[in-house]
Amino acid sequence: MTNKIRVATTSLAGCFGCHMSFLDIDERILELAEVVVFDRSPITDIEHCSADCDIGLIEGGVCNSENVHTLREFRKNCKILVAVGACAINGGLPAMRNFIPLEECLNEAYINGIGVENAQIPSDPELPLLLDKVRPIHEVVKVDYFLPGCPPSADVFWKFLTDLIAGREPSLPYELVHYD
Amino acid sequence: MAKTITIDGVNIPYEEGQTIIEAATTAGIYIPHLCHHPEFTPHGSCKLCTVKVNGRNCSACTFPAMEGQEVINNAKDLNDDRQKITQMLFVEGNHFCPSCEKTGNCQLQAVAYHLNMLDDHFPLFYQHREMDASHADILIDHNRCIFCTLCVRASHAHDGKDVFAISGRGINKHLIVNSESGLLKDTNMAATDKAAHICPTGAILIKHTAYQVPIGERLYDHQQIDQVSLNTELVDHDK
Repeated sequence: MTNKIRVATTSLAGCFGCHMSFLDIDERILELAEVVVFDRSPITDIEHCSADCDIGLIEGGVCNSENVHTLREFRKNCKILVAVGACAINGGLPAMRNFIPLEECLNEAYINGIGVENAQIPSDPELPLLLDKVRPIHEVVKVDYFLPGCPPSADVFWKFLTDLIAGREPSLPYELVHYD
Repeated sequence: MAKTITIDGVNIPYEEGQTIIEAATTAGIYIPHLCHHPEFTPHGSCKLCTVKVNGRNCSACTFPAMEGQEVINNAKDLNDDRQKITQMLFVEGNHFCPSCEKTGNCQLQAVAYHLNMLDDHFPLFYQHREMDASHADILIDHNRCIFCTLCVRASHAHDGKDVFAISGRGINKHLIVNSESGLLKDTNMAATDKAAHICPTGAILIKHTAYQVPIGERLYDHQQIDQVSLNTELVDHDK
């Protein structure tokens, strides 16, 4: 158990599509589980990273204060931090709100939107505050590797992790590099 | 005896008046480029085709081939610079490939794939740019314009219409349209124009054709731009 490589994963401003794609490695996950143990991740429901994580996989960009805290926790506790998917790399779909002032976005969603009842902008102190713009994760912390794709295919995860676990410098052949 | 230059140590012939990139294409050697097109006067602006000629950096699309030149093209330092240039193009505009109709057929994306560009490296600008969907058959999305001027040159030299021009300088540079309203619908542009089909990115798109070819089966999904580019440009060259 202790010899296993600790992998933590999270989705910030993402859609969990990258996680779903990761699970598309299908039965290869059994092979992976022989050498890897999952730490903080939606797969385990562990809330915080152990201090000795080896690999952190980050899906999604940074859209609110909680994302910033989570990302910093991952950076602090993971030896290798990986930006997974278009949103983590360039903000992706959520970043398309960057061209509209935040107040307009909130008004559209919570005040003026079609079918909105009891219109009010959510302001519960439990809710993380939105950032004025969605940012890719490399603008907040140092990122060691990038896996492009929307989502990256299961083979991208497999190639990257098996390279890393075998002690090779990870590299993606042409067929595995896609931004869409 | 034909005149020759060397590219990466390989002797290749050239004809008087050819640029380095023309000689290279004829010899089947790919030099990465975006603003160059064999049919049009070179613009020399994207700098992706920068090669070392006798030790000095030159744009292969504008620099004439001359006897005895030793050209370095496919070298790590040059390709690293090309990748940085491509990253700058990505962060300056708004290139969200998953939501772009051109994905898989896009030369900007294909060059980035070819250079194994996995991230944007630089902070993103997220600069607000407009779209012009006024024309019945053609869409302009300024978010994706890289100012290569291929549409400007094609509209002028091929279509004889002068629909496009580049206005402004530096970060304020933008593509403009030749009509009182500034809208494409008020020009004489047609979907059959060369200028409507020459954009290397998704900035100028033909409407109603978006997903006729599914993602995964598109031009650069399984073959690299070096091969595609040589194949298509040799055909253009033979015309």
